[in-house]
Amino acid sequence: MPKMENIISLRNIVVEFDGEQILKNIDLDIKDKEFVTFLGPSGCGKTTTLRIIGGFLTPNSGDVMLEGKRINDLPPHKRDVNTVFQRYALFPHLNVYENIAFGLRIKKLPEKEIVKRVGEMLDLVNLRGYEKRTVQRLSGGQQQRVAIARALVNRPKILLLDEPLGALDLKLRKEMQIELRKIQQALELTFVYVTHDQEEALTMSDTVVVMNNGHIQQIGSPTDIYNEPVNAFVADFIGESNILNGSMPRDCLVEFCGKQFECVDKGFSPNETIDVVIRPEDIKVIPAASAKLTGIVESVVFKGVHYEMIVDGVDHKWMIHSTKAEPVGSMIGMTFDPFDIHIMKKTKEEN
Amino acid sequence: MKKLRFLATPYLVWMVVFIVVPLLMVAYFAFTDKNGQFTLENVANAGQYTNIFVRSIWLAIIATIVCLIIAYPLAFMLSRMKKHHQGTMLMIVMLPMWMNFLLRTRAWVTLLGNTGVINTLLGFIGLEPIKMLNTEGAVVLGMVYNYLPYMILPLYSVMVKIDQSVLEAADDLGCNYMTKLFRVIVPLSLPGITSGITMVFVPAISTFIISRMLGGGSNLLIGDLIEMQFLGNAYNPQLGAAISLVLMVIILLIMTIMNQFDPDDQVLM
Repeated sequence: MPKMENIISLRNIVVEFDGEQILKNIDLDIKDKEFVTFLGPSGCGKTTTLRIIGGFLTPNSGDVMLEGKRINDLPPHKRDVNTVFQRYALFPHLNVYENIAFGLRIKKLPEKEIVKRVGEMLDLVNLRGYEKRTVQRLSGGQQQRVAIARALVNRPKILLLDEPLGALDLKLRKEMQIELRKIQQALELTFVYVTHDQEEALTMSDTVVVMNNGHIQQIGSPTDIYNEPVNAFVADFIGESNILNGSMPRDCLVEFCGKQFECVDKGFSPNETIDVVIRPEDIKVIPAASAKLTGIVESVVFKGVHYEMIVDGVDHKWMIHSTKAEPVGSMIGMTFDPFDIHIMKKTKEEN
Repeated sequence: MKKLRFLATPYLVWMVVFIVVPLLMVAYFAFTDKNGQFTLENVANAGQYTNIFVRSIWLAIIATIVCLIIAYPLAFMLSRMKKHHQGTMLMIVMLPMWMNFLLRTRAWVTLLGNTGVINTLLGFIGLEPIKMLNTEGAVVLGMVYNYLPYMILPLYSVMVKIDQSVLEAADDLGCNYMTKLFRVIVPLSLPGITSGITMVFVPAISTFIISRMLGGGSNLLIGDLIEMQFLGNAYNPQLGAAISLVLMVIILLIMTIMNQFDPDDQVLM
């Protein structure tokens, strides 16, 4: 288990470009030896946050703390942090070996030490025998491994990864996800990972930080984020969701689509309008006659593990994931368990 | 692609008529006397102008180095600017090239002369005039001024292709300004450096207008010497052809040495 000690702290970070706020008061603690993922749509500020930790960007205001010391003005080459860049950014004039050895040569380590440490890295990322290759003659996956080795060989306290798997095909991406996780656990390092792929975030991370519009929406474990999204944005971004307007007449009772349902949420003021989120896989199909909610099946798409059905229910088009397909045009009933109804406070549209 | 080969025919014809044939003629003149008999005398006679060869090579080397020193940081700054600013800056770099070469060079005479603009200004603040015109320095200045764009452009076009994230990777891996320059930027811009050097050195070594206008009679260069054999009083095309040939061999030798630094052939460091 990760030690409960903060290695990086961001305090009230604000970043502006051309008068536009990219990051609005980011407050975040990253624990030592943790795998943290910044997740969000493009333009949400996740890469900007990463660049602040890496030292490529100085925030307009706020503090960046590394192990309790303020490092706002410390240039990248003086930070115990290394980065794996989005498109690898390997040195095209150097071969695989020299790319990995680069950081060590800059630090003027003795040749014996360089040979030893580069060798360890080549083993770690499975690139023995490729030492003399020029990097242009490597596949995307291999270039990726060189980029990881080049960063890790410096034994940083923290490794920053900026959408490192974005350019790889699906199968390779899945393999690399598992491999990266293994490396992180074997070396007991802090990984800060940026992605827009929610599945990737859920697969690899100890902690997921969901971002949107320069704000942190939610910080939590993958299970927390998926099962207990704090607002409709998170729910929608992490997997498919049915999001409806509703209100709560009293604790444990919610009203939407003109019907009342039992639920498990409490503590909302009476008749406050709220967002209701129901995951497509939590909706069960039942005969229309015995159902509170009904709809007409509009489309059915086979997704491999399940069918995705769009059901027109007058007030709302429902998305349902089911292992059994219903015929298009048929009337079906829908039901769900009280604990599958997630109630969220409305977020004000912030900008 | 094979079908499109015929499109190269006009250039092939051009090449044969205007490049290969004249070159053969230069070689023919260089190795014959006035009666068309084979002789090595012309080439041997070219040897008596060794001092002019040395001065030409020397001044061309200095001009090339000065161009490189000025152009390198400039080209790098250009390549890191915002795209729309790059266009404007490039135009400013090119601007002097749109003006006539003779006119540009003549302008320096007015500036540098003993009673020229600079010396007049020096006189205003009570300083003695400095002899600037008709010196080797003036010739180098003329070369640098005229050929600087030919150094900037190839450097810029190579540097603009260096990915910003590669430079950030260098920062990330512990480089300070100097190590980043010599371990990343210079190796990656080497093709631009070699072609920039070629494009400045070759015209600089064979120029005659610049030395004539800014160097006066005492700073004769090979270009002047060749011109005199064809157009001047010393009319001797055979000797002129021989000097040209020797100059070509020298340039070829220097270029071969330069190409040893071609980054495609070796791994640096």
